Order: sequence, then C-alpha cells, then structure tokens
Amino acid sequence: MRRPILEILKFKDVFYVDNKKIVLENISLSIDCGDFISIIGSSGSGKSTFLKLCNNLISPSNGNITYKDKNILDYNPMKLRQEISYCFQTPYLFGDKVIDNISFPYFIRDKKLNIAEIRSLFNLFKIDNDFLQKHVKKLSGGEKQRISLIRSIIFKPEVLLLDEITSALDTNNCEIVEAIVKQLNENGITILWVTHNLEQSRKYANKILTIENGKLKYFEVIR
Amino acid sequence: MKTLVFGALETRISITSLLIASCLVFISIFFSYYQKLKLEKETIIGILRAIIQLILVGYVLNFIFGLKNPLFTTFLVFFMLFNAAFNAAKRGKGIRHGFSISFIAITTGTTITLSILVMAGAIKYEPYQIIPISGMIISNAMVAIGLSYRQLITNFENRREEIETKLALGADITISSIDIVRDSIKTGMIPTIDSMKTLGIVALPGTMTGLILAGVSPMESIKYQILVTFMILSTTAIATFIACYLGYKGFFNERKQLK
Repeated sequence: MRRPILEILKFKDVFYVDNKKIVLENISLSIDCGDFISIIGSSGSGKSTFLKLCNNLISPSNGNITYKDKNILDYNPMKLRQEISYCFQTPYLFGDKVIDNISFPYFIRDKKLNIAEIRSLFNLFKIDNDFLQKHVKKLSGGEKQRISLIRSIIFKPEVLLLDEITSALDTNNCEIVEAIVKQLNENGITILWVTHNLEQSRKYANKILTIENGKLKYFEVIR
Repeated sequence: MKTLVFGALETRISITSLLIASCLVFISIFFSYYQKLKLEKETIIGILRAIIQLILVGYVLNFIFGLKNPLFTTFLVFFMLFNAAFNAAKRGKGIRHGFSISFIAITTGTTITLSILVMAGAIKYEPYQIIPISGMIISNAMVAIGLSYRQLITNFENRREEIETKLALGADITISSIDIVRDSIKTGMIPTIDSMKTLGIVALPGTMTGLILAGVSPMESIKYQILVTFMILSTTAIATFIACYLGYKGFFNERKQLK
C-alpha cells in the first residue's frame, strides 16, 4: 500500500539564476498537505520567484522540486499548473467580459460551463450574478481581484499560490478575500501566500517563511 | 496573356524618345542646384544605377524567357523564395528559426497560389508568366511576414502578463498566445486589404497601368489586375498564417514557459 502523501511540495537545494544574477539560493524546505504558509520578505527578495517555481512557470537552475513525491519536471506542465494554481498580485482579466474569464478554466479542461457552480462561488465572494456579463474594464480593483481568485479556484486546486493579492485592496475587500482564503484552506487546499502584512500572516498562517536576499532566513511553525 | 505581348509591340518606345525624356532628370538636378539641396551627385548616381540595373535585368529576363525550361524557371522561383525568406527573417530578428519558418511560409503560399492559377488556366507555367507573377506574390508575402514578425515580437514583449496568467491557469501555449498570434496575422494582412479597398480610386495599380500603357484595353487590363489582387491576397494570408503559427512557439521552452 502506498503511504499517504504528507509533503505536498519539497524543495531540495534549489537555486534560481536569472541573467547571471542569483535570485534564489540553496532553498530546501518541505510543505505539508493542508499547510497555510505565509511568505514574507522585503521587495525583490525572491518571494514571487519562489511561487513561480512551485507551479513550474519557471524551472530551477539547480536542485530539484518534488510535488507529491515526484519531480516537478516529470509532470505535464499544464496538468501541474491546474493542480497548483497561481493568483497574481495584479489581476489580469482578459477578453471583454467577466464570463470570458470565468469560462476559461472550463475551456482549457474541455468541460461545459457549470452556471450553478459559478453562482455558488459568486455568492461566497459576495458578487452579484449579473457580474458575468459585466465588462472587465468597468470593474474596480477589488472586484477584479475577486474574479481573478474565483478563476483560479473553480476547479479546486491542490495548492493555491497567492502573490500579494490583497496589497491593493481596501479593508472591506481585503476582509472578504481573507475569509475566503481561510475557508479554502479549511477545505483542504494548501495555501502559500506572499504578503507584506505581518499581522495578516500571524492571523491565518500555521507557518511563516521568511526569504531575504534570495535565501531562506526563517521557516517557523506558529501553530 | 498573349494579348499583353502583342499589345506591347504596338507601343514601342524608341531610343530617341527615351533620350528626350531624359531631360526630366535635368529638371530635378536643376532644382537641386538652384535650391542648394546638394542632391545632384546622388541623383546622377541614382539614375545611372537605375538604368544599368534595368538594362541588366532586361537582358537576363530576355535570356530566361528564351530558355523556356521549366526546371530553370523553378530554380529561379526558388532563388526568389530564398532571398525573400532571408529578408523576412532579417526583419524578424528575435523569431527563432526565422529563416526556415519564412521559407516554409512563403514557399507554401506561393506554391498553392501558383498551382491554383495554373490549374485554373489563368496562367501557363512559362517563364514570362511565372517569373513576374512569382516576384509579385513573393515580395508581398515577404513584406507581410516582416510586419507580422514585428507585431509578434512587440506583443510577446508587451503582453507577457496576459500570457503568463493563462499559462498559470494551466492553459497550453497555443491557447495562451492565440490572441497575439491572430493580432500578428492581422497586422501582416491589413496593408494588403487596405490597398485592395483603394484599388483604382487612389491610384491605378501597377499591373493595370502597365497593360494600359502597352495598349491593352482597360476592361481587359482590370481582369489581370483582379487576378493579381486575388493571388497577392491568398499568398499573403497563407504565408502570414504559417509564419505566425510556427513563429510563436519559439517564445516558449519545452516546459511551456515564457522565455
């Protein structure tokens, strides 16, 4: 019998070099299933690079990363990215309308749009159903970020990578997003959240990862 | 196309007429001298080069048309294709395998168009028809591909966020860059479509003008011009389509990551 997977992601001696500049250096750590990890560190320390390595938007220059005990490079990159979803700091909504973005995850999986599923997600995110037909250019920053997050979680990923998604949101929108992310984690999704907000980190995360100048400085378990 | 050859005989230009017409060059030189534009030397060099090059081309074409050898005609078409692909690739610096892609694109476009024209009986596989027609369609395809390449490069620089967002959601590279590819094909084709819209309104197009000057009736000339328009449109469409669909892949690596 196969043992249950406890470590969902594992970094071993990972380096990432971009244009001869070392962005990440000798990163070794394990992320367990169901972890809520807050990633902190100053700007340019390599936090976003760390997230991009997790879903193979970039590959390590040295060392290896395993996902569910298998080298990340042995996975089909598309399938991997569908399981390890990434939500960017600046939400990019494509097409004309919200529906173009919401239907995208269905389209790439060759599945039919499930309106009931979308409606329940919209309710969860406190978004009216008529939003589907709204033009993306008419949305506020908070609305865009919520749509972008919905787009990333429609097909419940195993791991959700969040890159400073609340940094440009007002308190109200920030609280909505925080509550949803917490709920997603309670439903079993592993969260890796890059944030500058230390209070936010301490409030939700069970582990805090500090990256400074491309090096892993601390990886502390707080609860 | 025989009417073209016979028509041309009716309106021969004598050497004396050409010599008299050369005084038009002196008007330009006079203006340059009078206005101190310092273009006299450049004008004389330009006009001498034009005369020498055209005389040489005239002799070469006379020789080739006289050969009537389909293999030699095909060789010349390939020579044009090679040069066009080389130039298109130069304009698309940054496109991986730019030369091979351009060569495949232009060759496919030209072959399909020429085959249809020959099969339809619109032209014969004779050097005096195949060479000028190939020249026209190949050069148009070359320019269109160059424009498409530039747009493709600009799009991949400016729209990285869009592509990366789609890749991050688990999309394939084709889905992630389809809008960019379509936009680049459009950019390559728009000048051809725009020039079609103004045919005969802004200026009389080259083929038609040439035929009319050679003594062919305007109604007969427009048939050739319509044919030329069709063939340029089809070659441009095929070539830009192939070039963009092969070219975009070079912006990604084997792990489907943006380079």
